This record gives sequence, structure tokens and C-alpha cells, in this order.
Amino acid sequence: MNSAILSSGWSWFVIIGTFGSLLFYFLLLFLNRKTSNPGKTTGHEYDGIEEYDNPLPAWWFWGFLISILFAIGYLIYYPGLGNFAGIGGWSQVGALEESQEAADARYGPLFAQYGAVPIDELVEDETAMRMGRRLFATNCAVCHGAAGTGSEGFPNLADEQWHWGGGADQIKTTIANGRNAMMPAWEIPLQEAGVKEVTEYVLQLAGREVDATLATAGQARYAMFCAACHGPDGGGQPMLGAPSLNDEVWLYGNSRLRIEESIRHGRNGQMPTFTERLGVDKVHILSAYVMSLRQDDDEDEDEPDETEQ
Amino acid sequence: MNNFIERNIGLMIVLTILAVSFGGFVEIVPLMAQRTVTEPIDGLKPLTPLQLEGRDIYIREGCTVCHSQMIRPLRAEVERYGHYSVAGELVYDHPFVFGSKRTGPDLARVGGLYSDDWHRAHLFDPRSVVPGSNMPTYAWLFERPIKLENLPKKLVALQTLGVPYTDEDIANATTGLENSTEADAVIAYLQQLGTLITERR
Repeated sequence: MNSAILSSGWSWFVIIGTFGSLLFYFLLLFLNRKTSNPGKTTGHEYDGIEEYDNPLPAWWFWGFLISILFAIGYLIYYPGLGNFAGIGGWSQVGALEESQEAADARYGPLFAQYGAVPIDELVEDETAMRMGRRLFATNCAVCHGAAGTGSEGFPNLADEQWHWGGGADQIKTTIANGRNAMMPAWEIPLQEAGVKEVTEYVLQLAGREVDATLATAGQARYAMFCAACHGPDGGGQPMLGAPSLNDEVWLYGNSRLRIEESIRHGRNGQMPTFTERLGVDKVHILSAYVMSLRQDDDEDEDEPDETEQ
Repeated sequence: MNNFIERNIGLMIVLTILAVSFGGFVEIVPLMAQRTVTEPIDGLKPLTPLQLEGRDIYIREGCTVCHSQMIRPLRAEVERYGHYSVAGELVYDHPFVFGSKRTGPDLARVGGLYSDDWHRAHLFDPRSVVPGSNMPTYAWLFERPIKLENLPKKLVALQTLGVPYTDEDIANATTGLENSTEADAVIAYLQQLGTLITERR
């Protein structure tokens, strides 16, 4: 991109237009100037109402003059004359960067001191966890819920089950880099009957009451199509984000209908990445906070938030 | 002269219009000639037909009434929404959908912020994912197919305004969109918003 804001023609147009206007007002002010009025009127009369042709009040005249001088000073210091950037070097983006640097200098160390503490210890730090709660409310709650309990399609973070692993490092990776679950659609390879059979078998894995014939038929198909990711016993595979199927936790609903839907069309849950957005220190604090959600799920402290600074 | 102008109202109208137009010419026209306004940023592509349809539905449903698409270069905004908006991202937008009110959050960089699944749940029933939300539901978007017959015409209209759609783009405008709903279109539109600038601040 060309560094100049305007082509030089337009730049001169602005400069000439600006100074031309200033000059015009200056002349207008002085050419019409008078200091006294010996009782003359402007000469028009409307229904008997006439107007004296008095001089401009002195404060007005001087105010006008000072404004013109101020404008010239402003145009020299700040950008305003076409491509001339002003001697003050001010720019909108520069002002933004300055305020960002000031904020980094002030708040950066607050986050950095916790960035150095291992996650397992950070979980015990009350101040850090209060910061974590704020970060969670701003960035995570919109999908995972204010208390981290999730909803359909968005994993519950306050329970014992972790699709991508519940270790400190795994959680941090999930937050930092995001996750893309890739369960393919099995509608075509399984056919309608196959979908029903596998559904029945999956329900059996989860300990529900099922149609035994269908479930037995489903078992073979499960071994062929599903076991590679979800494990032969439905234990799941955190490396792939494949949830365990042999328990009562269901990300996309536990009814036959919903499970069939998952098998038929696949599921592609996505977790966005947060490193770019938050920086490593905040991701670190957030990881600890997410771990703490599970650890203190029995004490439901809801104390009023204090500001972190 | 003052006297003369004041007594000839026709002349005064003409001179008033002249004065105002001169002001506009001097103050507004140079802004339209700025390079940052007229030159697309690197990699900017026109919206795909599906995204374009989504944009029109966005306008139809009045999303701009509550959502702005303009991140100002202020720290608090950049902190919350990401990199400030630049004019070069919007050179193919006709008309602009800056909006001016934020009942809901700014959407200028909402692309990729949430998953498609989230958008589906949220458009269908915002309270299902954001309990405190006061956004209306847009459940009908999921039942209505997009109007394919208008799509090529929209592309032609934008082409005449200088958006670089090729004739091939126009010929293939509706390819693969036979089963798309309005919700698909809106989500496709939302998911590309502001994604060209990847740095967050």
C-alpha cells in the first residue's frame, strides 16, 4: 500500500481549500470591520422592525481572530493538510498503540507473575482464580456456560469427563490451539439398518436397556467402523477427541434419536484458538481456572467479584 | 450587495446551495479519494454467492439495528473485539453495514470466533447458549430456502459497481446451493467477517 494518504493532486486540493477558507474568513472579518456606528440601520424594515448596523462585539471579533490563529497552529502540529503528517507526529493508530503499550506495562506483569506458576499450584491461588473467572466469563461462558457446565454440543467442564484429556497440559493445549472434532457421517457406509443397530449397541455400552438382537448385530459393525476412535469397549480416545460411550455423559443428547443423528451425519465440534486473542499468560491462568472448575465442584462459592487491579 | 441578495430570494437559494456544496466538496470529497478507502487490502475477495445472500438476509432482518460492524481504534474496543476495522476490508461492500448502535456486540471480527454449531443454536434460540441474551430468535431462517433466482442478478449488480466478480462467477452463482437455507447463508456470511486480518490487536 502506498504510504501517502492521498494522491498529490488531492493533497494540494485539501491544502489550498483549507488555507483558502482561512484566508476567506480572515478577509471577510476585516473587510466588513467597523468600530462605531452612528445610529445607522441595515436598511431593511419588516413590519416596522428595523435592525442597527452595529459593529461586531469586541469579544466576538477577537474570538474569531484567535480561532483562525488556533487553526493554523493546529494544522501545523496535527495531521490535517493533505499528506502533511504534522510536526507533532500524532496519528490515530499511534495513539492506540501508545495506550496499548501503557496498558501492557501496567497489567502485563500482573498476568506474567502467574504465567510462571505451574498450573497445579495456580489452582490454589485465590487471586489468580478470580482473574480466571473473569477471563472465563468474557471468553468461554458464551459456549460453555457461566459455571462451565456446558450445553448440548458444548462440553461440560465441571464434570469428570474430558474429551481431549483433563491433564493440565492437555487443557492448556485445547485452549491455546483450539480443537476440531471430526466424526464422519456414517449414513452411507452403515445404511439405515446399520445406523439403528450401532445405536442399539452404543446404548448397550452405556448400560441402557436395549433390543439384544439389534445390539448384537451392531457390535460387529461397531468393531469395524467405530472402535478405531472410540475404543473397542467404548472407552474413548482423548488424543482424537473421541468421547467415551460407556457412561452417562452425552455431548449431543442421550436419546435414541439424537444418537442416531450423530451416527448418521457425524459431529464436528469446534473449539476456537485463544493464543492470538489472549496471549500465553492469560491462557495459562484460564487453564488453571478450568481445572479448578472440576476440583471445587462441591463448594459453590459465589462471592461478589472484586476488580482485579 | 447584502441588500440585493436578501431581496432576491431565488438568488439567495442558489448561493446557499453553492456555499453548502462547496463545503461538502472541500470536506467530504477528499476523504473518498483516500488510498486506504479505495484500495482493497491484500487477499480481499468478493463474498461468495452464499455469503452475499447471507449479507442480504442480515440486512433484511435488521441485524444492523443492534450490531455494529466497526471496531474503532480505541484500546477497549481492540481488547474486546480484535484488530480495529480498516477501510480496505470493506471496499467491496455495497452498501456498508457499519451500524451505529450496539445493543448486541460488534460483529466486525466475529468470523471464526464461534463454531457453526454455536451459530446454529444461537440463531435458533439465543437463550439456549447465552441465558442473559435479549436477542430475538430467528428460527424461521432454518425453514426458508434461499432464493436462488435472484443470486446471479445480485452478482451482476455488484459487478457494475466494481466488485471483481467474473462472468464465470455469475454463471455458477447458484451451483451447489440448491439445499441451502437462509440460516446457512447467514452463518456463512458471519463466519467470514473480519477473518482477513488475523492478528488480534
